[in-house]
Amino acid sequence: MNANVSLTTPAVSVAIEGVNLSYGDNHVLKDVNLAIDPGEFFAFLGPSGCGKTTLLRLIAGFNRADTGRVAIGGQDISSQPPWKRDVGMVFQSYALWPHMSVRRNVAFGLEERGVKRAEIGRRVEAALGLVGLAHLAERRPSQLSGGQQQRVAVARTVAVEPKVLLLDEPLSNLDAKMRVQVRRELRDLQQRLGLTTIFVTHDQEEANSICDRIAVMNEGIVQQVGTPMELYERPANLFVAGFLGTANILEGRVVGSGAGRCFEIDGGTKFPIGEGAAVPDGAALVFRPQHAGLVDRAASQDGALSLPCVIANREFLGASVRYGVRIGGAELAVDMPFQSGHDLFDIGSSAWLRLSPHMLHWLPA
Amino acid sequence: MTAVPTTQPRIRTFSATPGQIALALAIAAFLFVFLVLPVTTVIYVAFTEKGTSTFTLVNFYDFVRTELFMRSLWNSFYVSAMSVVWASVLALPLAYVTTRFAFRGAAIVQTLGFLPLIMPPFVGAVAMQLFFGRNGSINLLLDDWFGFKIDFMEGLNGVIFVQSVHYFPFILINLSAALRNIDRAMEEAAQNLGSSGFRLFRRIVFPLALPGYLAGASLVFVKVFDDLATPLLLNVKDMLAPQAYLRVTSIGIADPMGYVISVVLIVASVLAMWLSALALKGRDYATTQRGGGGLARRVMRPHEAVFGYGVVILILALVLAPHLGLLLLSFATIWSFSPLPDAYTVAHYGRVFGESSLYIKNTLIYAALAGGIDVVLGVAIAYLVLRTKLIGREWLDWMASAALAIPGVVLGIGYLRTFYGITLPDGTPLAALWITIVLALAIRRLPYALRACHAALQQISVSLEEAAENLGATKARTVRRIVVPLMTGGILAGFVTSFATAAVELSATLMLVQSNSDAPLAYGLYVFMQSAAGRGPGAALGVVAVVLVALCTFLSHLIVERSQKAKGMGH
Repeated sequence: MNANVSLTTPAVSVAIEGVNLSYGDNHVLKDVNLAIDPGEFFAFLGPSGCGKTTLLRLIAGFNRADTGRVAIGGQDISSQPPWKRDVGMVFQSYALWPHMSVRRNVAFGLEERGVKRAEIGRRVEAALGLVGLAHLAERRPSQLSGGQQQRVAVARTVAVEPKVLLLDEPLSNLDAKMRVQVRRELRDLQQRLGLTTIFVTHDQEEANSICDRIAVMNEGIVQQVGTPMELYERPANLFVAGFLGTANILEGRVVGSGAGRCFEIDGGTKFPIGEGAAVPDGAALVFRPQHAGLVDRAASQDGALSLPCVIANREFLGASVRYGVRIGGAELAVDMPFQSGHDLFDIGSSAWLRLSPHMLHWLPA
Repeated sequence: MTAVPTTQPRIRTFSATPGQIALALAIAAFLFVFLVLPVTTVIYVAFTEKGTSTFTLVNFYDFVRTELFMRSLWNSFYVSAMSVVWASVLALPLAYVTTRFAFRGAAIVQTLGFLPLIMPPFVGAVAMQLFFGRNGSINLLLDDWFGFKIDFMEGLNGVIFVQSVHYFPFILINLSAALRNIDRAMEEAAQNLGSSGFRLFRRIVFPLALPGYLAGASLVFVKVFDDLATPLLLNVKDMLAPQAYLRVTSIGIADPMGYVISVVLIVASVLAMWLSALALKGRDYATTQRGGGGLARRVMRPHEAVFGYGVVILILALVLAPHLGLLLLSFATIWSFSPLPDAYTVAHYGRVFGESSLYIKNTLIYAALAGGIDVVLGVAIAYLVLRTKLIGREWLDWMASAALAIPGVVLGIGYLRTFYGITLPDGTPLAALWITIVLALAIRRLPYALRACHAALQQISVSLEEAAENLGATKARTVRRIVVPLMTGGILAGFVTSFATAAVELSATLMLVQSNSDAPLAYGLYVFMQSAAGRGPGAALGVVAVVLVALCTFLSHLIVERSQKAKGMGH
């Protein structure tokens, strides 16, 4: 990295307030409110069609909200055209211009800003140095590999020292191995530049591994905002629980009252509801496969719950073994760590499901 | 034109069957006799002393020394280049407005843009003289109101005017396609980095569309350079193609100058195509099929809309003027020295369908035969190239495509020279038979049909054929029962392109028509249009030609759509 040119700008906040957006009858964004802190690596995570890319493009100025506003560093930019916003976006397809060399691509934004020629030269070098591609400056984009193109796209964007960096599924066009490497590089780069960054992805692993906070979106609504751990440990609803990692979701109803309060699922099995646990109306019981265990005999100790079950299927996942077990009418997933030499449960055999009551959550839909 | 890279899905390992080898040899023989031989004959004659076989450059020295020929060469270049400029002026706004903005009637504009192509340019020339000529409608009105006239149609300007109005669709089609294919993210990335407005167009959008523009522009240049009938009809003789024709028809086929001019025409054609290919080298930007499809269509602000629609309507009026003029002329009793005809009649149509129906019949036969030959050759060559490992199969492709660079007048001269010496038992020379016209048309249109067939075959998965062979079908039966039915759409498209353009082709036919009874429609039109009295029936014949071609194109479009839908291949 060139010591003379740092390419850093003071980090700013991004605020999205009361944003609604419709394409005809299609309500794509519904009352979106988000506050992103300066210097944060923030993710919009959700399945395709959830509105995450629409929201990103709204920040860049390529979409126009029906209501609400977008503020960067406290300044409302809602009415500015894309070319006045100074938010750098890395496109999913990279959008490198094939008729220009790598150097010309990276210099483009600086030229548009009327930066002096010598200064452009220095900053292009710095930006390409930052992504380790200074030696390929004279190549055409078509002569680069996918990973290199991706880095040129990043260099082109950070060269103009944008206030905010927007990344639209930047890893989706790379193969699995490159993805892991590039996402680390992106995190590294972001840390060095201290740039407020928004990352759009449908891959929870990507978001979990590099982002400070995540906004989980579905059907145009922000479902929950939090750190990866918070979202995993305390999902706000069934969608978030199911989207981040695997979850057992059991529908049923509350029976009894007081200390004998239970959650009865279809098929009659009852799960005691712990003291002080809230069960919203219409909620379902949720727990993670690795929070349950299987033993071959009933043994009630330290308040753990023991339920008889039948092994329905078995998948070897490497570090763990995932069992499909039947309890009453329901089928659940249970992960057991794999230890060589230990016997596995056979399909069709009976076992006991062990659950700590404090690992049970009741979540609304 | 750039060579389309042929990516073969999978090459099968067995070598060719005897049938395939025989087919390849037959095609090679056909192309040799009817394309390579006539063209090499022309080149050979240009480089030999008259009447002998001694190599000489004296003919070229004569060409350079003759003031008329050098002027013709310059004029041809000038007219072609200016036609490209004016065609661009017409095509650019249409392409830009219809692809970049939410423009009502974009589809109509694109369709109307095609119209000029289905009428021979020299027919339009007559109609345009009525509107824009010295005593045409526009000048009469200008003279009445303002007391001056504009020489739209005088000399070279007239040729440039007619040609640019006629050939601008080549640029419109190619440029629009190129603009539509630009990935939206390309434009957005530039906006994101601070670019907008005209700078954005100049630095990103136009460079990305340049390959499409150049492909269209080089085609216009070549077409104008080779066109023979338009300058002749406008009484411009000092251009190269007319000179070649006049030398051969007035002085005779033994005169070497016609051949020298032919060589110059070939060189100019090849040069123009080579230059555009060179300019496009490494610029085949496949930026499609990624993010959003095509550039964002912006809604126009009110003053932009007024301006936009104004420009589009003005251009369309100009472009459709020849058609309107032709229609009026075909119904006019007398139309001279007045903005509109004096009175109207249907007598011309009566005459056309009476005594001139022969032209129509001949055209249908010739164009259908030529189209048929083209798709048969096209399918066969495409199959050999894509599905066999026959040595030298690409040569067939190149040879067939090379016809694109051979001007019609050159092919006509070559046929005359090569086949005149060969006589039938009864003494008629081979070159005088009507079938020669059909063969010339077929060779001229083969590249288009070949492209269509090639593309159609490329889309068929090899495994469909392997499945048929696996179930016991021989290669020949697989082709007949699987390949050809699946290629129907492409074959038909190839046939229609060949048919429609062959039906209005004149450059080669003008050379080869020996008697009026063998003449096709375009020739009849040309004969009619040369006398003032013939213009009425000529116009009626022109209208018939336009309707005929338009009808065939529309019908085939319907059939293709329907068969695609039936096969569930529609998109």
